[in-house]
Amino acid sequence: MGLLSTSASITRYLIDGVINDSVMETVLNGLKTNRFPDIEEEESEMTAGWTSFRTPYQPYFDDSSFVIGAYFIFALRIDKKSIPPKLVKKLIAVETARHLSESGRDYVSKTEKQAIKEHVQTLLASRIPATPTIYDIVWNYEQKTLYFFSTQKAANEELETLFSRSFNLSPIRLFPYTMASLTAGLNDVRKNELNKLTSSVFVE
Amino acid sequence: MLDIAVSYNKYKFLGYEFLTWLWYVIENDREWLNDQDPELVTLDIGNCIVLENREKGGVERISIKGDDAGLEEGVMALDKGAFVVETNLVYKTGDNEWRFTLKGESFNVSNLKPPEVSALETEDEFEGLVLEKMYLYEKVFLLIDKLYSAFIEIRLSEEWKSGVIVKMRKWIDHQTKSGN
Repeated sequence: MGLLSTSASITRYLIDGVINDSVMETVLNGLKTNRFPDIEEEESEMTAGWTSFRTPYQPYFDDSSFVIGAYFIFALRIDKKSIPPKLVKKLIAVETARHLSESGRDYVSKTEKQAIKEHVQTLLASRIPATPTIYDIVWNYEQKTLYFFSTQKAANEELETLFSRSFNLSPIRLFPYTMASLTAGLNDVRKNELNKLTSSVFVE
Repeated sequence: MLDIAVSYNKYKFLGYEFLTWLWYVIENDREWLNDQDPELVTLDIGNCIVLENREKGGVERISIKGDDAGLEEGVMALDKGAFVVETNLVYKTGDNEWRFTLKGESFNVSNLKPPEVSALETEDEFEGLVLEKMYLYEKVFLLIDKLYSAFIEIRLSEEWKSGVIVKMRKWIDHQTKSGN
């Protein structure tokens, strides 16, 4: 469902603010600083970072390959581990039985239960491989517009966090209110009127 | 500007009203659509429209799907106070056709199928292909921007209450009575 697919899902953002230094250099630094890591933390359930649009599994930002025409084109890669809840439940039961047998007691305390759960989750996270997902991004700096090729809530939230951290700019999602207030060309008086609107009724 | 999260929920009715109004305009005022976008040949409701009725406390959701599905049930839902919350649209200019689904509360665009582009034959064509795809995607957003900006102008005018709502009520009433 990316930029070159036959069908796409897109969330649009307004990028508020300006870059005071060299735009290219700032964007390049932001991409490099927060690029997807070469080695993922084994125990981490989720890893995210910028990656190349053309070679998403070999992030490379050492030249201007992320520039096409007036656009900065790159991608967000999110690797996530899906640990089946039933597997967690099974291993907790096994670990609890082992713990009881070793301690000679017939109960586990609340703290011990929590410790067993955390141990099982860490163990599984280190064994289960993460599934990568690539989300394409097209940013037109001059037009202050960014197209994110996903409408998934979690992916959009990750984009917003990483984008702010990387470029020190605020991406504002364009939905009915923000579009009316920021891109429909309303003056302050009209914006004030917009804020006072309430829902209409189309039937008597 | 208001807090983003607050404004998303508080004003999502604007997206629902926009889609409901757009259905009315598509059915009744194609000339106006052409004035907004001279390149536009047709804009039609596509193979899916979803309505929601939040009257009487609960939420009733009506989904009409399929290429040949009639919209009678949708009109009946409007007559009971429902709004369009999501719709698939077919936009045509010249020989080109775009199909996409627009969600009222977020204005997220999904299942966006732009006109086909030629396949990549050499590496040199890659940048051209990307730019062509972006041009085609942006055409849809330009259309949405034009229509929504025009809607907001009308929505903030006196004409909304005194003219548009009255006409929309008549249309809903007429459609319901004629069973179409």
